[in-house]
Amino acid sequence: MKSLKILLNGIIRENPTFVLLLGMCPTLGTTSSAINGLSMGLATAFVLICSNAAISSVKNLIPDQVRIPAYIVLVATFVSIIQLLMEAYVPALYESLGLFIPLIVVNCIVLGRAEAFASKNNIFFSLLDGLGMGLGFTLALTLLGMIREFLGTGKLFGLLVYSDAYGSLLFILAPGGFIVLGYLIALINKIKTKD
Amino acid sequence: MEYLLIFIAAVFVNNIVLAQFLGICPFLGVSKKVETALGMSSAVAFVMTLSTIVTYLIQKYVLDVFGLGYLQTICFILIIAVLVQMVETILKKASPALYQALGVFLPLITTNCAIFGVVLMVIMKEYDLLTSVVFAISSAAGFGLALIIFAGIREQLSLTHVPKAMQGAPIALITAGILAMAFMGFSGIV
Repeated sequence: MKSLKILLNGIIRENPTFVLLLGMCPTLGTTSSAINGLSMGLATAFVLICSNAAISSVKNLIPDQVRIPAYIVLVATFVSIIQLLMEAYVPALYESLGLFIPLIVVNCIVLGRAEAFASKNNIFFSLLDGLGMGLGFTLALTLLGMIREFLGTGKLFGLLVYSDAYGSLLFILAPGGFIVLGYLIALINKIKTKD
Repeated sequence: MEYLLIFIAAVFVNNIVLAQFLGICPFLGVSKKVETALGMSSAVAFVMTLSTIVTYLIQKYVLDVFGLGYLQTICFILIIAVLVQMVETILKKASPALYQALGVFLPLITTNCAIFGVVLMVIMKEYDLLTSVVFAISSAAGFGLALIIFAGIREQLSLTHVPKAMQGAPIALITAGILAMAFMGFSGIV
C-alpha cells in the first residue's frame, strides 16, 4: 500500500513539472515535439531511478558535510552513462536533444529527490520514488511536447493530423513553450482549487 | 568585429534564457525585485567567465591530451562546484561588502544550467580561449538583460489584479513568453 502511494506521489500529487515546478529548462527546451519530450523524460527517469537507488544504498557511508558533492558525482556518473549510450545507439535523437542530455546533472529534480527522499529512505522505496518522479516528469514532457507539436505543425508523434499549412510556428519556437506551460499550470491550478 | 557579432548574437538573437531555455530556474525564482535580479546577474557573470576559462584549459590540456573525453560531465560539474565555493570563501575574506551583495546567490549558481550550458557550448563550438571568454561575458550579459527586464515587468505585475488560477508561476511563464516573442524581433540581424 505504501509503495503504491510513493509511486503515485511523483506522478500526480507532487508532479515535478506541474506542481513542484522543478527542472524547467529541459521541460521547455526539449518539448518542441512529442517524441523529443518523451525521450528526454525517459533519459531523466533513468538517471533518477539509478541515482536514487545508488544514493540510498550508500547514504550511511557518506559524511554529512560532503554529501552534496558526493551526490553530484554519483548523478554525473549516471548522466555520463546515458549520454554515451544514447550517442552510440540513437545518434539522431542525441543530436536533437543536444546540450540537454549532459544538463541532466544540474536538473534540480534529481538532486532534489536525492536530498529530500533517497537520503532518508531504504533502497526499495527510493527506487519507487525515482520511478514515480521519472514517470511524472516523462508524462508532463510528453504532454507539453504533444500540445506544442500539434499546434505548431499539425502533427502528433510525427503523424500528420491536420494540414500543416495551418500550424503556427510560434508554438515550436521559444515563446510557445513558455505560454503553453503557463496555461497548462493555470489549468491544473483551476482543477485543483475546484475540489 | 567578430567579437562584436558574437556579443550581439549572444545578448539579443540567441538570448540564453529566452531563446535557449537555459537558466530558467533563477530567471523565475529571483526575478521578483530588480535589486535581487541585479545581484544574481553579477554573480552569474563572475562565475560564468571564470569557469569558462578554467574548464576550457582543463578540456584542452588535460581531457583532450589524455583522451578522457568521457569524463567531461563529471569533471566540469566538479570544477564549477569548486569554483563557486572558492569564490564564496575569497569574497567573504577580501570584500565583505560584495559578499553581502552576492552571497546568497552563490550556492544557487552551482546548479544553474546557464553556467554549465555555456561551458559545454564553448567546447562544442570549438572556440579559442579569447572567443570563449567573449562568448561567456556576452551570454552573462544576455542573462542579466533578460533577468532585469523581467524583474521590472514583475514589479509592475504585482500591482495588477490576476485571476486566482493564473497567480504565481502561470502568469510569470506567460509574461516570459511575451518577452521571448519581443526578443524574436532581433532574429536575423546577425
